[in-house]
Amino acid sequence: MIHSLFLINQSGDIFLEKHWKSVIGRSVCDYFFEAKEKAVEPENVPPVLQTPHHYLITIFRGKLFFLSVIQTEVSPLFVIEFLHRIADTIQDYFGECSETVIKDNVVTVYELLEEMLDNGFPLATESNILKEMIKPPTILRSVVNTLTGGSNVGDMLPTGQLSNIPWRRAGVKYTNNEAYFDVIEEIDAIVDKSGTTVFAEIQGVIEACVRLSGMPDLTLSFMNPSLLDDVSFHPCVRFKRWEAERVLSFIPPDGNFTLMNYHVSSQNVVAIPVYVKQSINFFESGSCGRLDITIGPKQTMGKTVEGLMVTVHMPKAVLSVNLTPTQGSCTYDSATKVLVWDIGKLNPQKLPNLRGSLSMQSGAPKPEENPSLNIDLKIQQLAISGLKVSRLDMYGEKYKPFKGVKYVTKAGKFQVRS
Amino acid sequence: MLDSNKDSLKLEAMKRIVAMIARGKNASDLFPAVVKNVACKNIEVKKLVYVYLVRYAEEQQDLALLSISTFQRGLKDPNQLIRASALRVLSSIRVTIIVPIMMLAIKEAASDMSPYVRKTAAHAIPKLYSLDPEQKDQLIEVIEKLLADKTTLVAGSVVMAFEEVCPERIDLIHKNYRKLCNLLIDVEEWGQVVIINMLTRYARTQFLNPNINESLLEEGGSGEKTFYGSDDEEDEDEEEKEKKAETAAMAKRKPYVMDPDHRLLLRNTKPLLQSRNAAVVMAVAQLYFHLAPKAEVGVIAKALVRLLRSHSEVQYVVLQNVATMTIKRRGMFEPYLKSFYIRSTDPTQIKVLKLEVLTNLANETNISTILREFQTYIKSMDKDFVAATIQAIGRCATNIGEVRDTCLNGLVQLLSNRDELVVAESVVVIKKLLQMQPEKHSDIIKHMAKLTDNIQVPMARASILWLIGEYCEHVPKIAPDVLRKMAKSFTNEEDIVKLQIINLAAKLYLTNSKQTKLLTQYVLNLAKYDQNYDIRDRARFIRQLIVPTEKSGALSKYAKKLFLALKPAPVLESPFKDRDHFQLGSLSHLLNAKAGGYQELPDWPEAAPDPSVRNVEVPEWTKCSSREKRKEKKVEKPFYSDSEGESGPTESADSESDSGSGSESASGSEVSASGSESEESEEGSESEEEEQKDKKKTKKELKKPVQESESEQSSEEEERKHARKSKISKSESESESDEEDESESESSESESEDSESEAEVKKKKKAAESKPPCKPVKKENKKEKKEISLLDLDDFDPTPSPQVTPVNSFLSSSLVTDLEGLSLSDSVLAPATMAPSSALKSYELLHRITGEGLQVEFCFSRQPFSPDANMVAVQMHFTNNASADAKSLHMEDVKLQSGMRVREFPEIELLPAGETATAVMGIDFCDSTQAANFQLCTQTRKFFVSIQPPVGELMRPVFLTENEFKKEQGQLMGMNEITEKLTLDATCRNEHTIVQRVTAAANLSRVPCGSDKECSPPVPPPDHPVYRFAGRTVTSGSLVLVTVVTREEGAAQLTVNCEKMVIGTMLVKDILLALTQ
Repeated sequence: MIHSLFLINQSGDIFLEKHWKSVIGRSVCDYFFEAKEKAVEPENVPPVLQTPHHYLITIFRGKLFFLSVIQTEVSPLFVIEFLHRIADTIQDYFGECSETVIKDNVVTVYELLEEMLDNGFPLATESNILKEMIKPPTILRSVVNTLTGGSNVGDMLPTGQLSNIPWRRAGVKYTNNEAYFDVIEEIDAIVDKSGTTVFAEIQGVIEACVRLSGMPDLTLSFMNPSLLDDVSFHPCVRFKRWEAERVLSFIPPDGNFTLMNYHVSSQNVVAIPVYVKQSINFFESGSCGRLDITIGPKQTMGKTVEGLMVTVHMPKAVLSVNLTPTQGSCTYDSATKVLVWDIGKLNPQKLPNLRGSLSMQSGAPKPEENPSLNIDLKIQQLAISGLKVSRLDMYGEKYKPFKGVKYVTKAGKFQVRS
Repeated sequence: MLDSNKDSLKLEAMKRIVAMIARGKNASDLFPAVVKNVACKNIEVKKLVYVYLVRYAEEQQDLALLSISTFQRGLKDPNQLIRASALRVLSSIRVTIIVPIMMLAIKEAASDMSPYVRKTAAHAIPKLYSLDPEQKDQLIEVIEKLLADKTTLVAGSVVMAFEEVCPERIDLIHKNYRKLCNLLIDVEEWGQVVIINMLTRYARTQFLNPNINESLLEEGGSGEKTFYGSDDEEDEDEEEKEKKAETAAMAKRKPYVMDPDHRLLLRNTKPLLQSRNAAVVMAVAQLYFHLAPKAEVGVIAKALVRLLRSHSEVQYVVLQNVATMTIKRRGMFEPYLKSFYIRSTDPTQIKVLKLEVLTNLANETNISTILREFQTYIKSMDKDFVAATIQAIGRCATNIGEVRDTCLNGLVQLLSNRDELVVAESVVVIKKLLQMQPEKHSDIIKHMAKLTDNIQVPMARASILWLIGEYCEHVPKIAPDVLRKMAKSFTNEEDIVKLQIINLAAKLYLTNSKQTKLLTQYVLNLAKYDQNYDIRDRARFIRQLIVPTEKSGALSKYAKKLFLALKPAPVLESPFKDRDHFQLGSLSHLLNAKAGGYQELPDWPEAAPDPSVRNVEVPEWTKCSSREKRKEKKVEKPFYSDSEGESGPTESADSESDSGSGSESASGSEVSASGSESEESEEGSESEEEEQKDKKKTKKELKKPVQESESEQSSEEEERKHARKSKISKSESESESDEEDESESESSESESEDSESEAEVKKKKKAAESKPPCKPVKKENKKEKKEISLLDLDDFDPTPSPQVTPVNSFLSSSLVTDLEGLSLSDSVLAPATMAPSSALKSYELLHRITGEGLQVEFCFSRQPFSPDANMVAVQMHFTNNASADAKSLHMEDVKLQSGMRVREFPEIELLPAGETATAVMGIDFCDSTQAANFQLCTQTRKFFVSIQPPVGELMRPVFLTENEFKKEQGQLMGMNEITEKLTLDATCRNEHTIVQRVTAAANLSRVPCGSDKECSPPVPPPDHPVYRFAGRTVTSGSLVLVTVVTREEGAAQLTVNCEKMVIGTMLVKDILLALTQ
């Protein structure tokens, strides 16, 4: 299926290659570079390319291109999903997925790739299994290894590989047994010029960090599961019990993982936490414009809005800005034409305001469209949909775990048109 | 360094070499030095050597052979990981000479003990095949063998091998089809994708098209849904028989019957829509799209829309597929229209695809919102996207006649846009639109003619010229003028524009030769000497055709007909129109071109091939055991349904009294015993319980029943008897065994014993199961899981949250006064000292005699239960008629149907003799009338009790106005409406009693009638009084609407509208009873 993999950085250097079948020359990437030239933005490179003998499927992540070479028919999502899984694994192992990190750990990455695919077909992709076969690097271990000549590679077959729960390894032991769940909800919204909501929905995810000894069997139940409209689960969740009882019953993987993604049913009205008053004008003459943005709280459920940030992609003609915020800081990158206004905490008594002038390239025609504003925000201790975890029960083990649930609401793709 | 003795140095050297390989540098010179280390003891060095070998063996075949013996030795290693990795590397070395060795190794590994090694063998098959395709026949044998493998680990890999080596041998799948379907959910996600794709193809060859007969489908759908509910995966055989019976019955009625195996596939893949892996979701989606009956395809829409939140690459692929689906099944995605709205931050390709989907979804009802969206898009900075939007508007205009004029006007406005690309694109689209109805729009054509001065984009210029030429009769004055201008600039134009100028000239010459003869001649002369041969050719051809000379033949007579023939308007089509002949989700579909190795999705067969090929022969003794299992299941089933179902309260009360009287002596002695002792015994029971659990665990490991104490044996025997009898309900047997236990041992032990016997049953079942040795592993595992959960129930300690308790006590104290104010009927109120009020019907929970002096009544207080709104408040009323004080009244061992929850009442510490007390508990009945069973405990005794709610208590009143009521009622028609005719009881014909009786039977509130009449005069005064009541179910909040229409002489009609049909039906019965008696 997947024939070869090339890792390419943004400037177009291939810095890692791996072949699972016979070797394919680097020249195959030229077709990709051609397409990359054509698309100005790296996001605009088509993910699937056809060349005379091969097909190239690419993902763009962390400023890197993961390019895989395919020769025969395969489900493209299969490859895309797998490439993302590689990136996830690298991130999981080394904390981030960037060129320097991969270059520093090139052997480990290579070993990982060797384990993840066999003959182009995924072999082991669960991070728990991989970590047993190839231990993630830590400073302590590297010191110990140099002293004792020990190895980073496990010599036993990972226990999970054979069991029915491949995501969990056996013999986990912790002195502090704890299970934390983060309920993170993101508001996706499009608000039009007049402030009416064109489209809004809530997407949520439950991220879990479970450090429990042995084989705990957890049951997580909600106060109001009827809110959840569409869900997708980590493979550990027993679907039958969800269908019947609306509880999440699972034997968790060890460590951090995404337990479920959900979508809140569309009947519920989505509370929009902030309103934005904005006017951006470009004048026909004089090659300048004015900008005035005010943000205020709308439906915040009595919580404070934090991490407020406004990002504006300005038209190409805007050369520089002269703006003064009443709160926070404002930067403009004249190369990418991105205006970022980092506000921070929203104070309802004193609404933050940004105002000033924009100077434009002289002679350039007035832009027809005003740029839209992307809002970023964060509300702690609140799930905007009202979802609440009612309880977490553990079976199968005797100790008392420490449990915790945290709620956060964020702005997802929150856009205000102007 | 590689020659060094030290492992650490070797490792360092190998790491550097591998890093070189990773960067793409050639390291083949080192081959001899590296190969030497293949037998190295250090596992990490070894692995890196393997990596190196696989990379360079093809180039250095002779040297690579040196390493083979090491692998052959590795294949015999006791460690399965080493066996597997030896096979992996061996098969990855692409050296033709070792093909026989590989073949042998694969064959051996295919029958290895370890499933992991077998999996590796499956992986090795395609490798060998690509190295030497002549081994195909032998490999197919191995595949056939591995396909029969029952572990989930192997399934995905072997199907992968099957797809690569012999996708045409569909006959190999027959025997394994059902197994694959059943295993599917436990296979790892990558394997799922491959299996689902393969099964889609398989199903297309083996089953009939479910959409052959659309009209009959409706009927079939409902029939199938019923057994959809009886989803019981544990016993395949039984299920299949059930299904066969079902389908056989259906076959008599209608021609199309879905093969049960087809249904099996659809059913088993459906949960996978919830997978986190986008590839799996897509695979299921395409399976449903290609295989499911039309009515069922809708389920995939939600899942696909969910994927739109994922990475942009995933979005790209999903949108491509959605675009294809929307052409065929528009309705499926219509509810999700807004999810396809475009953000300015989306990459261009995503924007264009979303636009495509939006256009496909456009219809008469939603076109106005879509056009409003388009209007914002047109202003975007991304010009490619704007162009695509304009085209999309054009397509909406052609598809939907009503908005054609609006669109056209909008597009004409765009003609004054500053951006040339936008104008050009609009011109092209307008041209296409105008072609549909040119007569009306001569002014637009005029407007466009003016644009020729400004627009520079050749495509747009060409389009304008063509338009003017085509409709020159509508604009007789302007056309020659345009031609004049064009003739002037002819030499500087692009080729397509030149061609159109010639065209225009020719058409004008034919219609208006007086004015344009010279101009045409001029243009043609210019064209004659053009550099482009196409233009020269065209000019020559046209000159011959239109300019009459003596030589010109018959053709010139028809010149006018040739040029000014009515041209059919172009159809603006989606580029995704014909893509659905490719299997969705495939690479070929994405590229709209056949990719190498693509397997066509076959058409449905005319007649279904013999379905019996999929039957798996089951040895005689397994059948036996399965029958046994079934019996046991029957025993088990009533355990849930009987004891908690309708007959619950009475039966359990019976058994209660039995056990009570049976063990009176024992319990009597208990009562007299001191408090400390009982505490001790409790502790003892706890520790014992734990001990027993431990024992159980060890036993489980040993996997054979070990006989324990006497009492256990006896209960075991009991169970066995029941199992044989099969009809006796479990609850009965439970209570019986209880009795026995109690008479033999102390009451404190009874509970643990009880749980023990329960576990025993399970164990026996398992033992019975483990007898047939070659039985799917999965089943056993399932059982095991289930067992664990059952055991867990025992040590489930009900931890009442402490912060709730004060609320409860507060509630109970203030309840009395609350009740007064709230009770609906104006009949005599209960004396303020005592709750419950007489308006509320109270039920007996524990009879005075059974409870040894303790009498408990309960009623549904109809108050909102404040700690949890989804719970029904139950008010308990305790009376101690005994001579001794009752201490620490509390509840224990709550047994509930799935989904139900209970919030216990706070413990009553002391109830002195002759006193009474009240407490409130909350039960979430999940909108069902299943009973909640629990034990009511005093310090000394335990009583099994159960609370079953009448359906009327499962709702809470809501206030609706008459209009709201009617509106809601309108939405709950059809299946959700139940109407019954009745004759009212003689005593209950006036408004007051009817209202009272209905509200007594169900917790509903009256809808005020007539209050809306003033504001809505057209309502005719009703001849007969109508009474309306409204409520919502407590858990799910679905509306319950009740209407009673009275007629002459007590005749009446009762209508209940409720989304939950079961509730509706039961409510009708209850109200009917209340009104007729």
